[in-house]
Amino acid sequence: MAEEVSQRRKIMGIFFKNRTAIIGAIITLIIILMAIFAPWISPHDPLEQDVYHRLTPPEHSHPLGTDMYGRGVFSRVLRGMQISLLVGILSVLGGMIIGAGVGMVGAYKGGKVEAILMRAIDILMSFPDEVLGIMIMIVLGSGLFNVILTITILMIPRFARLAHAPTLAVKEEDYITATISVGANDLRTIARHVLPNIFGEILVMSTLWLGTAIRVEASLSFLGMGVAPPTPTLGGMIRDGVDYLGYAPWVSLFPGLAILIIVFAFNMIGDGLRDITDPKLYT
Amino acid sequence: MGYIIRRILIAIPTLFIVVTIAFVMIRVAPGDPAEARLGDYATKEAVEALQEEMGLNVPIWLQYLRFLKGLLQGNFGRSILNGKPISNDLKTAIPYSLELMFTGIVFGVLLGIPLGIYTALRRNALPDYMGRAFSLIGLSFPSFYLGILLLLVFAIKLHLFPVVGGGDLHNLGDNLSHLFLPAFTLGLIMTAYITRVTRSSILEVLNEDYVRTARSKGLRERIVIYKHVLKNALLPVTSLVGVYSIVLIGGSIMVEIVFSRPGVGKMMIGAMKQRDYTTLQAVVAVYASFVVILNLLTDLIYGVIDPRIKRGR
Repeated sequence: MAEEVSQRRKIMGIFFKNRTAIIGAIITLIIILMAIFAPWISPHDPLEQDVYHRLTPPEHSHPLGTDMYGRGVFSRVLRGMQISLLVGILSVLGGMIIGAGVGMVGAYKGGKVEAILMRAIDILMSFPDEVLGIMIMIVLGSGLFNVILTITILMIPRFARLAHAPTLAVKEEDYITATISVGANDLRTIARHVLPNIFGEILVMSTLWLGTAIRVEASLSFLGMGVAPPTPTLGGMIRDGVDYLGYAPWVSLFPGLAILIIVFAFNMIGDGLRDITDPKLYT
Repeated sequence: MGYIIRRILIAIPTLFIVVTIAFVMIRVAPGDPAEARLGDYATKEAVEALQEEMGLNVPIWLQYLRFLKGLLQGNFGRSILNGKPISNDLKTAIPYSLELMFTGIVFGVLLGIPLGIYTALRRNALPDYMGRAFSLIGLSFPSFYLGILLLLVFAIKLHLFPVVGGGDLHNLGDNLSHLFLPAFTLGLIMTAYITRVTRSSILEVLNEDYVRTARSKGLRERIVIYKHVLKNALLPVTSLVGVYSIVLIGGSIMVEIVFSRPGVGKMMIGAMKQRDYTTLQAVVAVYASFVVILNLLTDLIYGVIDPRIKRGR
């Protein structure tokens, strides 16, 4: 009897975990579709000012109200979502490719190369994202490309660490030593044997770090150092609304809610996937 | 004792490299500080005179050595903007940031660990689901947005707390009323992180053989949990609290901006907006030292809880 109950609990648990991932995936899909079809869904041009409708509360023609220039918050949130997703996806991809490469090369080469690379990574990781992000943005200057580059740099050490340890482990395997000793192209051999091993974890962490990347983008644009206005960014819209918080809270609240939902959806996917791929939590 | 000294020795080069990176980055950034201070219409002579006054006319390696020498003496140089010593500003700003971070971490630990234990012991029951949903939402919140929400509800609408500012550090009541909301913002996010790791760490330990042994000996469940599970499960949590505190330091910058708290983060953003490079480099050095000190503290606490580490493994 007890056996059966725990069995049912286990299955329920797995179902819940899957369900988390599935709900996250559905929300993400809706968000991506909204971002893609933004030009058709938007009731207004996100940049068009309308002095007669400043700070109007949500109503029929402006579903999420208007900001201090009379621009529709809904249309601007859609445009901001496009930017957030673009920055998030490209910087995580960039960080993944460069970072995993660095981690594997470091582990493979060993010796001084490894020591220097991993030390550099430790140091990069010891900066809070905001501090390092601000420093890099000051050097690069604002703009869409520079934001992507900055957040890519923030992502590199994370992926490098992720790829480093498993590469070390695989390198020690006898069959690798054997293939290398018969003259196989060593680095490629390692990559071929390491990548399948860490693919699951990279996937999980990528979805979680997508959330991080989008949050960092929002923070930078909230501070006024992201993509330059008038292009709407979610963080920038929140900052614009802070002065009107008392009587027109929608200007800040809805863009923030959009960030929250996007990041939450990615975290749900990552969290659900992690529990499924992590067998330790199963037994 | 040897353990502590070893940790400190490891921390020094990190700090040195980070400070060097700050120095280099600021030098690489576009724009000449002297020109920036004097504006577009300054004469060439005036710019050169100011460059000399600011010590910018000497080779970069000499500037670097002077910068390091200054740091060692606790002297961060002068602000490009107004020529005042940066150390004075830092002296007033640092306490505001430190008390914010400290309270945030304490909030997170005090709420997160019990919540993590509670949800782990009721795994896959309703409290567990609610706890997991709460921590996942907390992980998704940008700190500045959570700050704005709390500000809107508790300060602007309910008038329970002052809206902005840092309060008077020497007046306990005033100080705490200004501190509560920003610290609670950071604390809630910290709670989300800590709940999560505590829960998974306990679940992992519950599967260990020694727990099964303890149970099969007929020990009462309460004793198994307190004596065997918690002790082992909380070790990894300690080092992760250190890691998440770095996230919290980053969040404190954003929260200081939202609540207009006169801390180091606000100083940093102000310096960034006005291109005050010397202040910026000083502030980055301060944040780097926060992180290094924090890591050191985590290591030390870890060493106290787990005697195996001290014996030098």
